[in-house]
Amino acid sequence: MRAPSSDLPIHFDKAAIVAGAVTILGELTLTIAAGAPTVLIGPNGSGKTTLLRAAMGLLPLTRGRLSWGGRESASPTHRAIVFQRPVMLRRSAAGNIAYALAAAGVPRAQHPARIDALLNQVGLGAMAKRPARRLSGGEQQRLALARALARDPAVLFLDEPTASLDPAATKGIEDIVRAVAAHGVKVVMSTHDLGQAKRLAGDIVLLHRGRLIEQGDAQAFFAGPQTEDARKFIAGELLV
Amino acid sequence: MLNRRYLMAAAALAGLAIAAQPGFAQEKSIVVASTTSTQDSGLFEYLLPLFKAKTGITVKVVAQGTGKALDTGARCDADVVFVHAKAQEEKFLAAGHGVKRFPVMYNDFVIVGPKSDPAGIKGMKDVGKAMTTIMDKKADFLSRGDRSGTNSAELRLWKASGIDIDKQKGPWYKALGQGMGATLNTAAASNGYTLTDRATWIHFKNKQNLVIEVEGDKRLFNQYGVMLVNPAKCPSVKKDLGQAFIDYLISPAGQKDIAGYKVNGQELFFPNANDHNA
Amino acid sequence: MTDDASALHLVLTGDPGLYAIVWLSIVVSMSAVLCAALIGVPCGALLALTRFPGRDGVIVILNAMMGLPPVVVGLAVYLLLSRSGPLGSFGLLFTPQAMVIAQTILVAPIIAALTRQTVEDLWAEYREELAAMDIGPLARVATLVWDARFSLVTALLAGFGRAAAEVGAIIIVGGNIDGFTRTMTTAIALETSKGDLPLAIGLGLVLITIVVAVNALAWGARRAGERYAG
Repeated sequence: MRAPSSDLPIHFDKAAIVAGAVTILGELTLTIAAGAPTVLIGPNGSGKTTLLRAAMGLLPLTRGRLSWGGRESASPTHRAIVFQRPVMLRRSAAGNIAYALAAAGVPRAQHPARIDALLNQVGLGAMAKRPARRLSGGEQQRLALARALARDPAVLFLDEPTASLDPAATKGIEDIVRAVAAHGVKVVMSTHDLGQAKRLAGDIVLLHRGRLIEQGDAQAFFAGPQTEDARKFIAGELLV
Repeated sequence: MLNRRYLMAAAALAGLAIAAQPGFAQEKSIVVASTTSTQDSGLFEYLLPLFKAKTGITVKVVAQGTGKALDTGARCDADVVFVHAKAQEEKFLAAGHGVKRFPVMYNDFVIVGPKSDPAGIKGMKDVGKAMTTIMDKKADFLSRGDRSGTNSAELRLWKASGIDIDKQKGPWYKALGQGMGATLNTAAASNGYTLTDRATWIHFKNKQNLVIEVEGDKRLFNQYGVMLVNPAKCPSVKKDLGQAFIDYLISPAGQKDIAGYKVNGQELFFPNANDHNA
Repeated sequence: MTDDASALHLVLTGDPGLYAIVWLSIVVSMSAVLCAALIGVPCGALLALTRFPGRDGVIVILNAMMGLPPVVVGLAVYLLLSRSGPLGSFGLLFTPQAMVIAQTILVAPIIAALTRQTVEDLWAEYREELAAMDIGPLARVATLVWDARFSLVTALLAGFGRAAAEVGAIIIVGGNIDGFTRTMTTAIALETSKGDLPLAIGLGLVLITIVVAVNALAWGARRAGERYAG
């Protein structure tokens, strides 16, 4: 893996995304810096997914500015994303990774070794030849992670990576995320599982209705939230 | 990814498919536009192998109605036309599409109809009287209606019987616009009368209740002629090979072969290349 | 073929004339499907992935062209390939190649229209993943066509069915020449006109058997392929 690259920090400056009359992301100013994982939390519809996609460079802003390491080019060379429901290509598990490697411009000669390493990293070493679409939900989620890591990203976005998984599969994913982060990859993920946020986050971002409620060090956030909304959210009350 | 190997295999297969067509390229062959009657009667299946054995030339027969066959010749898509409608053939020559017409052989037309013979024409020796009777009785009559040689002969017969069929036809007269075989199928299925050449009739297998009602009148004579398509107008015409086919048809050997074609012991075509008025 | 042979008799005795006809039918239809696929698949995929004014109109016309009347196509190709037509100098009229050309025109819209639908559906599913992997437009087309390959087999089979069953176009441009351009369908038309209905029906059964066999082979290949690629 690589040292934090020039894609960091990711800086949103009064960023807004509007679809018709609906404001999905409103006047958001936020910096995601190198370091331990940044975890986005907030109720459904708070804008977590939209924020991740915009940060990946997949959604254009309606207003405001977005920069990666000071540059505004959106080309996602050093970034990768795993969607909440990743789509497996109609190929084998190894074929899915080979496709991502080819897309990232990795020479063919290096493919076999890289595919082996990536599948082992996510615990799918024995599944290389299985059709990807026949894998279980947890296995597909891990394969999607491996496919994202094939891009050798400096920043890895994960949208609710364990939303529909059982505890064992969830632990598998969290272990991989921890290992990846320990290798210097900046992880930015969303979750609605507060326990997971506590377990993984170095940095917490709380969103509500497309606006930033609070951002800060995870321990400090959970120990002493600065806002009423954050306190309610941690306590499990509904934000409306 | 779309593999280049697949594309190359596909291209190779396409090439193979084109190259694998039987008997293309070098072989000596001509295209003869002819009538359905010569093909459906089985004459060509019998005659062409004999011709090929003598000359090594493959004859590809496109069997159409006489009108369509002449059109095919006029478009330069055939080397030889071999049809049976003298008036149309002479128009073809006059327009410069053909070189010269050679009479080859004749057979005759017969009127066929249901065994029950609702018009009561069976055994009539005068075809004009038979056709007048069919009209008077409003018995169903199936016409080819396709500008073919047989169709021309039928229209000529109405006229010769003093009937203006365009004006006097009623619902009993059905112009099908189909080949001889299809017309016979329809006549058999609907108990109608129709005019057919004897060769096709003898060869036809779906006769059901149909029988010959009228035959033997001289006006039922059906003359076949053959012409080389004019190479001056159509440079693609294989002049020598086409002429070789014509020469064979009118040669004593070819005439003997034609006379030798029999179905159920009956001679179907009567060679008459020596009758220059035919 | 001899006169009083039943189709069953011809099959059982391995009549060479019959086998030549069957073989020509398969070669012509397969060649047409191949040519039509080389045209129709890229066109359909491109249409699936591009947006331009009038695109809906193009799709409607393409879908309608799946029902092109064979006789009209045959006549148009006949006039094109006739010695007195614009492409007459190639001397293709009344050859198997002319039959392939006519059937390609009939089959290409079917393959293109079904490819368009298939690729567009897959594109809706793949869109974000491919965007996230920064896949360029050409590689995108190739990926979608490749990943849709098992569904596209159905499009090819639909095309093959149309080609193998078709008689109106090839009898005009091929001329139904014995031993040269006679196929199953034109032979059936001929035997019908000779009044030999049992032989015509027998040939029809042989044709249907072949079409079923081709479909069974393709389906088996699809099943086997899916087992490996999902």
